[in-house]
Amino acid sequence: MRPSKRTPPIKSGDTRLVTVPRRTPKRFYGHGIPNVDPEKLSGRLIVVEGADGSGRSTQIARLVEWFEGCGHATVQVGLKRSTLVSEELERAKQGNILSHITLSLFYATDFADQLENSILPALKAGFMVLADRYIYTLMVRDLVRGMDEKWLKNLYGIALVPDAVFYLRVSPGQLVQRNFAKSQALDYWESGMDLGLSRDMFDCFLKYQGLLEKQFTRLQSTYGFTIVDGDRAVEEINAELREKIALVLEGK
Amino acid sequence: MKTFADLNFPGRLIAVEGLDGSGKSTQIYLLKRWLELQGLKVFFSEWNSSELVKSATSKGKNRQLLTPTTFSLIHATDFADRYERQLVPLMRAGYVVLCDRYIFTAFARDTVRGCQPDWVRGIYGFAALPDLIFFFNAQLEVSLQRILDGRPELKYFEAGMDLRLSVDPYESFRIFQGRMLEQYLAMSTEFDFLVIDANQPVEAQQSVVRQLVSAKIDLSKYVLPKS
Repeated sequence: MRPSKRTPPIKSGDTRLVTVPRRTPKRFYGHGIPNVDPEKLSGRLIVVEGADGSGRSTQIARLVEWFEGCGHATVQVGLKRSTLVSEELERAKQGNILSHITLSLFYATDFADQLENSILPALKAGFMVLADRYIYTLMVRDLVRGMDEKWLKNLYGIALVPDAVFYLRVSPGQLVQRNFAKSQALDYWESGMDLGLSRDMFDCFLKYQGLLEKQFTRLQSTYGFTIVDGDRAVEEINAELREKIALVLEGK
Repeated sequence: MKTFADLNFPGRLIAVEGLDGSGKSTQIYLLKRWLELQGLKVFFSEWNSSELVKSATSKGKNRQLLTPTTFSLIHATDFADRYERQLVPLMRAGYVVLCDRYIFTAFARDTVRGCQPDWVRGIYGFAALPDLIFFFNAQLEVSLQRILDGRPELKYFEAGMDLRLSVDPYESFRIFQGRMLEQYLAMSTEFDFLVIDANQPVEAQQSVVRQLVSAKIDLSKYVLPKS
């Protein structure tokens, strides 16, 4: 394999690049998890949010490479990856059989299971935790479906406040192109077909993604995401992310 | 929080709460028979979890994967499923619905497990309050004896073993149930529990229950249409 062009070259034996991140205080959005002391969480939680096709996984893969090159241990989490309910959630998506509140709580269970069994232990051990989406996607999906914001905020009061949240904003038109390039078809759920916005999947996709974006922008003021222009080249975006994360590691 | 009546549902919901062994299931069964024999539109909501939620819950329990938070959330998911799929449609259709346990069991259980009470209550905020809540208040020892006399095989979470109260499941169950009772009693006034003295004979309790139901619900509105 050719050496990757995207990571900065590291001379063999050069250990100057390995720095220990400065500790910064952590907190939960609400009550958090019983018996967990946020003071003991020395790692960093970095969240990348964005629609399907916004380039999240590409960016995360490169960040992992960069982190490891810099001597940091990493762990990756994402939605629908818990031991407890991921399989059932996948089946629930196949047949649209659960009502809104039920599905919403099912996703919250999935999140909590990963929070307690992956995120918190990794942070305790000083890892860099990269989350491919977090509570914001879950909240935004529910808000678009008319769920109560106060209810959602209470529910996700268990979540840890990340050290950085990047929202990859890609225009719906561009998203369509990328989804076709990736999977030749639009996904039922990513098109919000359950909302019945239109019987035409293409129209529905554009409308639904537009609604999600609106909610993300609204939540931005509360949760302070960094909005990243996702319409640019992969490398350009990654450089911006790395620069911002470097500041986080310095405790700025 | 509002009751189904406050929210103008045509149906009425009656919930029974109490410890295991308090005799509440016997009482709700007798109430159901009484209402049925009068030819009323009554529905006893026996809990059938949908297959998906059940599969996740039993995995979590059998493999002891649950923490207080996920225990609470998976049961809330299960309740939401029951609520949206069964209870709301029945209430819209104008039934007298009888529920063996409602959200108060979750409030008590999750709080004993260490979840924040207002977090748990917030999660169940989507559910309307029952129109009547009977609480069967039996002495702790009496309830415990009814369950433990049969030397049942207590399940891990049922006995509260996850709380590390005791290594002996029976002892753990005793302590756990004692804490549940404290929680129920603390909620009693706030949610207007109709407290029934469960140390009384079955018939005496049922007589009180029936009187209260006819006093508080206009049963003539729930007569089954003649076919």
